Amino acid sequence: MTDIPAPPRNTRLLQILQQVGLGLMTLAITLLGLLLVTFVIARVVPIDPVLSIVGERATEAQIQAVRDRLGLDLPMWQQFFIYVRDALTGDLGQSIRTGADISSEIARYFPATLELATLGTIFGTLVGVPAGVLAATRPGSIADQIVRVVGLMGYSMPVFWLGLIGLLVFYGQLDWVAGPGRLDPTYDMMMEFTLTSYTGMILIDSALNGAWDVFANAVSHIILPAGLLGYVSMAYISRMTRSFMMNELGQEYITTARVKGMPEWRVIWVHAMKNVMVPLITVIALSYAYLLEGSVLTETIFAWPGLGSYITDALFAADMPAVLGGTVVVGVVFVTLNMLSDMIYRLVDPRART
Amino acid sequence: MTLLDVRNLRVTFDTETGPVEAVRGVSFSLGRERLGIVGESGSGKTMTGRAVLRLIRPPGRIEADAMLFDGQDLMRASDREMRALRGKRIGMVMQDPKYSLNPVMTVGDQLTEGLRRRDGLGRRDAEAKALAALEAVQIRDPQRVMEAFPHELSGGMGQRVMIAMMLIPEPDLLIADEPTSALDVTVQAEVLSILDRLVRERGMGLIFISHDLRLVARFCDRVLVMYKGKVVEELEARHLLEAKHPYTRGLLDCLPRIGGPRGPLPALDRSGAWAQ
Repeated sequence: MTDIPAPPRNTRLLQILQQVGLGLMTLAITLLGLLLVTFVIARVVPIDPVLSIVGERATEAQIQAVRDRLGLDLPMWQQFFIYVRDALTGDLGQSIRTGADISSEIARYFPATLELATLGTIFGTLVGVPAGVLAATRPGSIADQIVRVVGLMGYSMPVFWLGLIGLLVFYGQLDWVAGPGRLDPTYDMMMEFTLTSYTGMILIDSALNGAWDVFANAVSHIILPAGLLGYVSMAYISRMTRSFMMNELGQEYITTARVKGMPEWRVIWVHAMKNVMVPLITVIALSYAYLLEGSVLTETIFAWPGLGSYITDALFAADMPAVLGGTVVVGVVFVTLNMLSDMIYRLVDPRART
Repeated sequence: MTLLDVRNLRVTFDTETGPVEAVRGVSFSLGRERLGIVGESGSGKTMTGRAVLRLIRPPGRIEADAMLFDGQDLMRASDREMRALRGKRIGMVMQDPKYSLNPVMTVGDQLTEGLRRRDGLGRRDAEAKALAALEAVQIRDPQRVMEAFPHELSGGMGQRVMIAMMLIPEPDLLIADEPTSALDVTVQAEVLSILDRLVRERGMGLIFISHDLRLVARFCDRVLVMYKGKVVEELEARHLLEAKHPYTRGLLDCLPRIGGPRGPLPALDRSGAWAQ
């Protein structure tokens, strides 16, 4: 028998720091790969970047001037180097459509998506996890059936249809919520001209400014699309929670907890839940990442000026730099969330730390 | 004095293809002694042990004419009354500490949980008791084990933690369900001697479930031999090796012996009328 259990606490801290460092390195490498992909795409698509800037009736000299400005005569590796350098300093190039800086455009569009996706994920988690647990602890019961049917509906009904019906019922008929857009036009003006913008997220900015009438209006605008996205992610989260929880409840340590005379709520919400958390974190992070990529359909129906509609509009206008800039942002979000969930994963699962 | 009196215990699982009877009318009684339950896999010995704690999950059902623990009928006890008995008065050690300890909680949290939640002790008192319990199962560095997670322990250490956890509230009855089957032979002996000493010192009743006949013969006072959910023979442990019943004899004949005759071991005869 050897007595060599837990390493001392400070070693654990060191391990966590090591993991963070490793995660950041993975992040850097993944992003470089992503930039390479978008760089190559920009070079192989049959859209002439020069032509779309100067127009068809430009002179040879004008074309050459733009070529020089874009650095298109440089060797490929040099072009890539400049591209990466610019991207790292936050310069994703100019939109062909608007001529504006893509980074500053995305900085305006992304907070709208962030706000919507975050609220949707919070709804989905707050409802989905307890619903999944309820279903798992009473398999076959009416509660279980309801959770399963409601979840299945979330899976199988097209989100645009749900969105339209939602607007029709809650906005058109009942008038409980405000319609499409992030704010009523009057408040929009107020937001634009009299309030300080900190984050670009209206709920947070209006609260920080103490403009509670704007806040209330923003809530009544966001509640329906966020509820819709929350419903879709709830469907996924509750199903996963149900199956994870059923699996854990069959484990032997659950019997141990019961043998110790622990009440059922403690067996489920402490003993089993701590283990369910481990895979559930990944599930929630993935569904959050999915919403953050911008749900094109939802954003279209609710006239939500988010990342999804930005990329879609750019795509229809053949505005390649904007599409690729958006793609890079989506990639960064995805990789960052992945890393975050990995880190939380290590916090909740001691086995992943060693 | 009788500690536990089980009469006509049945455990049934309702499946899609009809009910499966895991335990079919088992009766036994137990004082402050060591009762062994032996039998091959699937004979219903584990289910018998768990039924005493009423820890059979649906779709399993427990039925019995009576299941008296210290005069109280467990079949009629409410869930709340059962919880008050579990841990406090009846404990259970399971087969493999790899699965029976919660992988994401520290050993210390699991050891003190009962004391703090059930008995309402403060953190300091609970930790002192837990440390003492770890010392009682001969763990040399209890402070460090308290901070460890189960996967950082060896099998033998894990099982000693499990025993310590179950013995902290000084129960009257301990059910040990194959407590050494997942351990190395040398560790087995250590764990058994710890279990033996603690049970003897504290004068508790022990139900020792095992498929190891020789171990049970040495370790227990009395033995139940189970087959297909029934008790086919009950006898004094020291007479186990001279058992008369054909099924028990069959089990004994299957044991290889060092220096015994080589060649294939006899197959167990399961066709006897005793199975019906």
